[in-house]
Amino acid sequence: MNRPGLATACVAMLRRDLTLAWRRRGDIAMPVLYALIVTMLFPFALGPEDTLLQRIAGGVVLVTVLLAMLLALDAMFSSDIEDGSLEQLVLAPQPLALMLGMKILAHWLTTALPLIVIAPLLAAMLHLPGAVIPVLLLALLLATPLLSLLGAVLVALTAGTRRSGMLLALMLLPLCVPAMIFAAGAVAAAQQGLPWLAPIAWLGAAVVLAVVLAPLACAAALRIALDA
Amino acid sequence: MTAAHTAVPLLEARGLSFLRQDEPVFAPLDFHLHAGELALVEGDNGSGKTTLLRILAGLLYVGEGELRWRGEPLQRATCVGEILFLGHQLGLKADLSPRENLQIAAGLFGCRDGVSVAMVLDQIGLRGYEDEPVRRLSAGQKKRAALARLLLLPATLWLLDEPYANLDRIGIALVNQLLETHTAAGGAALVTSHGAVSFHGGEPRHIRMHA
Repeated sequence: MNRPGLATACVAMLRRDLTLAWRRRGDIAMPVLYALIVTMLFPFALGPEDTLLQRIAGGVVLVTVLLAMLLALDAMFSSDIEDGSLEQLVLAPQPLALMLGMKILAHWLTTALPLIVIAPLLAAMLHLPGAVIPVLLLALLLATPLLSLLGAVLVALTAGTRRSGMLLALMLLPLCVPAMIFAAGAVAAAQQGLPWLAPIAWLGAAVVLAVVLAPLACAAALRIALDA
Repeated sequence: MTAAHTAVPLLEARGLSFLRQDEPVFAPLDFHLHAGELALVEGDNGSGKTTLLRILAGLLYVGEGELRWRGEPLQRATCVGEILFLGHQLGLKADLSPRENLQIAAGLFGCRDGVSVAMVLDQIGLRGYEDEPVRRLSAGQKKRAALARLLLLPATLWLLDEPYANLDRIGIALVNQLLETHTAAGGAALVTSHGAVSFHGGEPRHIRMHA
């Protein structure tokens, strides 16, 4: 009898979720298309005025990415609860928080990363100056994991309730305010030629905290959800 | 059956019951299970058979009474990986093939010495369906894919909730044979079932549930 090491189990978990996402790759495209269309609506609604669009570009891209991530969030644990995979995961000899951490990582890779990849396109559609785009990408790279981690805790807490999608949005959006303020602050500072490192550093600190705590909270919440 | 009557039972329940909204789901249970023994959990629909198995697996918390594992109070840390639970929900991902599902299980739980995923799939009767997505398999084949975990993963105690459901006559014989091999090798199993269980490895213990 040979027990798999932590690394083996983590790789197995990550590969499982990435394979599943690949088998349903149409679902990955949805948030991306949603973000594209929402961004496209702004010039139509506000008029193709360069200065106005430039001023709101950073904020619009950040909010659009946040809303697009919400679309895919509530599916994070639901299929695992329905088909009993979560029970098996809870009973596995591996630490549940670590395995859930891998699930969150897979979720971030399949939903947030494609959005970050198209973010320069979204920014260009709103005439954001090219020099600011690297700062926007850095802000997104730190803000999106924060949203995935916070979102995962709330998904775990609302697991098993009916119509959890709406409830999830109502609970998550207020929690996103600090991340939004720091990310938008960094982009705005860069746009005005001011130092932008401080808000980015705050985002980084928040991500580190969330990486440590969120999987533990998820594990506790899902154990309670299974107990019900 | 040599290991059947060693002094300390593998699993022991004393006055075990489970409360749902302060109402006991089943009357207090006392039973013990030695290595090499099979126990049949019997009772009407709603008498708490599945609840009992979920408690033993560690998915539900013990309401009242006590559970002991090898003589010590049962704790997750001491029995983790030694108990294999197969519930109503099979724990298979519908978009993955039986082979991929088993590889994940092996990645989390480990596998027995000298056993491979391909061998297990062959033995459980899924040859030719190894790479078919589980969603395209019949109910009985899905059940077989889930049962393949019993052959692949190392565990001492099997908790099987209705393992015969959806299986054909050959499948039922296969489960009986799996149980015999497992108990003969010093393992133990708790099985809930309405169907006829023909077990040739000695008289199974009966646990009667009353609501």
